[in-house]
Amino acid sequence: MVTFPGSLDDVDAQRAARLGGHEAVPLWHGDHDLRGVDAVVLPGGFSYGDYLRCGAISRFSPVMAEVIDAAGRGLPVLGICNGFQVLCESHLLPGALIRNDHRRFVCRDQRLRIENTGTPWTRSYTQGEEITVVLKNGEGSYVADEATLDRLEGEGRVVARYLDGNPNGSLRDIAGISNAAGNVVGLMPHPEHAVEDLCGPGTDGLGFFTSLAATVLA
Amino acid sequence: MARVVVDVMLKPEILDPQGKAVHGALPRLGFEGIADVRQGKRFELQVEGEVTEARLAEVHRMAETLLSNPVIEDFEVHVEGVASGKHRA
Repeated sequence: MVTFPGSLDDVDAQRAARLGGHEAVPLWHGDHDLRGVDAVVLPGGFSYGDYLRCGAISRFSPVMAEVIDAAGRGLPVLGICNGFQVLCESHLLPGALIRNDHRRFVCRDQRLRIENTGTPWTRSYTQGEEITVVLKNGEGSYVADEATLDRLEGEGRVVARYLDGNPNGSLRDIAGISNAAGNVVGLMPHPEHAVEDLCGPGTDGLGFFTSLAATVLA
Repeated sequence: MARVVVDVMLKPEILDPQGKAVHGALPRLGFEGIADVRQGKRFELQVEGEVTEARLAEVHRMAETLLSNPVIEDFEVHVEGVASGKHRA
């Protein structure tokens, strides 16, 4: 779990990872090694204050050099919200995330359809499964050119799509995508806020963290 | 020292909600006749020494690496006067 200056959801993501059966290892943006972790999560928040563009400064932090290198070798990487923005700025994922089309911050329970269960982060789900997790973003509108969108859909790389209306203007209702190899996944909604019955909309998000156990232990 | 300016604008096909908000506010303030507003960013770089072709090429690399995201933005580089009064680039 990487913490950047301005990360918000790193502790929740650590908790979700432990509930998913893992040891959560905190990493700092200035770290030059990944301490032998089996997977990396880039959490939500406002890293570096969202200065310049969301994720633009984080992308050049020392730890990201290691993450980009390891992702190329197949290490599972999940970027949630701001983490998704960092992955796009890093060119580990295509496209970009821009300001919500309606210009308001959105914070609500959001229904999603899981469309790719082949990634290390989504194996616990069934194809087409509908889940409800938290969505909270100001700049969550996914954009890419038509050719890229066609390729993502053609290769089954749309991992999750918004249901019940588009909350932020994302093209083709895209909520999450993967890279070509499938090990890098970016997701705008927050599964780490839906892992316990006590708070949040339920436990539908836990699958992102239990999926990894099946992958890493396999 | 010369000033090199990098202007960054969202590509025309990318929605600009901030520009739209500004555009919406103008008529409410009595300013009429504006068909559209696009909002961008301006970076002013104080360059040490001469602004050579090589230096400008480097500014281009800065612009495409950090100052802009080429997936959604275009940029323009131009040299703007001189602060030291030596010569105009």
